[in-house]
Amino acid sequence: MQEIRLHGRGGQGAVTSAELIATAAIKKGKFAQAFPSFGPERRGAPVVAFSRVDEKKIHIRARVYNPDIVIVLDPGLLSLLDPTDGMKADGILVLNTKKGPDEIRDKYGYKYKIITIDANKIALKELGRLIVNTTMLGAFLKATDALTLKDIETPVMDRFGAKLGGKNMIALKRAYEEAIIKE
Amino acid sequence: MGGKRKGIEVSLAIAEAVGQANADVIAAYPITPQTHIVEHLSELVANGELDAEFVPVESEHSAMSVCCGSAAVGARTFTSTSSQGLALMSEIFFIASSMRLPMVMALANRSLSGPLSIWNDHTDTMMVRDAGWIHVFVENGQDAYDHIFWAFRVGEDPDVLLPVAVNFDGFILTHMIEPIEYEKDETIKRYLPEFRLKNALHPDKPVSMGCFGMPEIYTEAQMSREDGVTGSYPTIIKAWEEWGELTGRQYHPIETYRADDAEYCIVTMGSYGETAMEVVDTLREEGEKVGVVKIRLWRPFPFDEFRGAVLGKKALIVIDRAISFGGPGGPVASELRSALYKKEGSPVIVNYVAGLAGRDVSRNDFRNIILEGKAKAESGDTEGFILYGLRG
Repeated sequence: MQEIRLHGRGGQGAVTSAELIATAAIKKGKFAQAFPSFGPERRGAPVVAFSRVDEKKIHIRARVYNPDIVIVLDPGLLSLLDPTDGMKADGILVLNTKKGPDEIRDKYGYKYKIITIDANKIALKELGRLIVNTTMLGAFLKATDALTLKDIETPVMDRFGAKLGGKNMIALKRAYEEAIIKE
Repeated sequence: MGGKRKGIEVSLAIAEAVGQANADVIAAYPITPQTHIVEHLSELVANGELDAEFVPVESEHSAMSVCCGSAAVGARTFTSTSSQGLALMSEIFFIASSMRLPMVMALANRSLSGPLSIWNDHTDTMMVRDAGWIHVFVENGQDAYDHIFWAFRVGEDPDVLLPVAVNFDGFILTHMIEPIEYEKDETIKRYLPEFRLKNALHPDKPVSMGCFGMPEIYTEAQMSREDGVTGSYPTIIKAWEEWGELTGRQYHPIETYRADDAEYCIVTMGSYGETAMEVVDTLREEGEKVGVVKIRLWRPFPFDEFRGAVLGKKALIVIDRAISFGGPGGPVASELRSALYKKEGSPVIVNYVAGLAGRDVSRNDFRNIILEGKAKAESGDTEGFILYGLRG
């Protein structure tokens, strides 16, 4: 089972990212969950969302405490919280940042595999808006074998419709190509 | 057999089940965490996908009043609420069962104020435990979807005629996206006959309903209600059996997991049963003889099945999701202690109250509860209840 935790701010679409991961996995015949950190939504406040993907039925009804993958949608959150909290030893950090993995590791001391992407730049260019949920999925796909670009395409198109879905897929694919991985 | 497998939020699947069940009248007021059910139903009706009357009421008291009126004319009736909404409609909630009006409520369980909380536990449903409704608890999204059809089928059966509450954990299930197997409309049609109420309100054939009850009749009326709830049991079982035959998914009033040779069982109601199974698997690997007993049917309470599942065990570790202040423990543990009183081979009960108002109960917490509960049972420390994770 892969357990995924997403950190974002209210309005950035972390919950949508979790949802797209789960629906793509389910469409592929896998078992998956996606759920928000339950509570009143406040725009701009730090939020957490969760997803689980497995080959067999998932029985856990609790938050993700020991994630395999952590996705951070907002660069500013890194100075507010430790996204690696509880992470498994072979965990992967997927970060929206202008900085490269080495610079991030120097600054924050993360011991994990790091994937960085300047998702703000891509989202602004391709979508014209600072909503990075789909863009970050491109970088996430680079971190996992569980899902492919093709798997995520239908859920994205279903969710956003032909026109907006197409733009989101362009941003997502760009992030997939441009993301930098450092073991 | 099955229709389509979908990755969908459980609330939306519940709304779509109500649509597949072809409900005639939906009256509900949105309240967290039930909101998505009502929103989606209003969408389905507005888009013409569901030919039903959606009554946008100004309060839950009115929602339940509309439901009573609609059920009384023989219309298939659905509502949904949570917490404060249930409290506000509680006056009419009792009347629905006393008038033997079938309707289905998706009750997204949430704590009651105060302090004000929107999160999940079972305090709302325990408030209406004695209201004469049939109560079932589901543990996952599939379960919730399936039980909408089951609830209509049971409640509307001429041998039953009672309102049915499908209890499911707020947020933990309402806001969860997971895979759900949809059944085909034809399957639902085969399973769920048209609702025909014999003595329905009709201008051509006037009847009186909900009359004044003098002391000479009130006692008998209550006995008839008791007989109604208790007597619904065979229909409940039959409705589960037929659902199992049609879909391959079998449900029982009491369900167990690795309990046959277990010495200690954790007892849960609702979604906690799932995490409990996972933790029991781990503890079994470590050599602990533990199992899970899950209460699916809360009213009518399945005494024989419950006793059959637990007599001979050393101890039950019962998780309650509500407190009975100043009482003998959590409402579930209190009832189980009563059900086992003076029965030969009855296990001792250690009672934990956990997960109040959405405080997360992790795998590690379940593990602590089971192992600590076992130790308490062995040392004879079984009075009252333990509020798990209490700080300070």
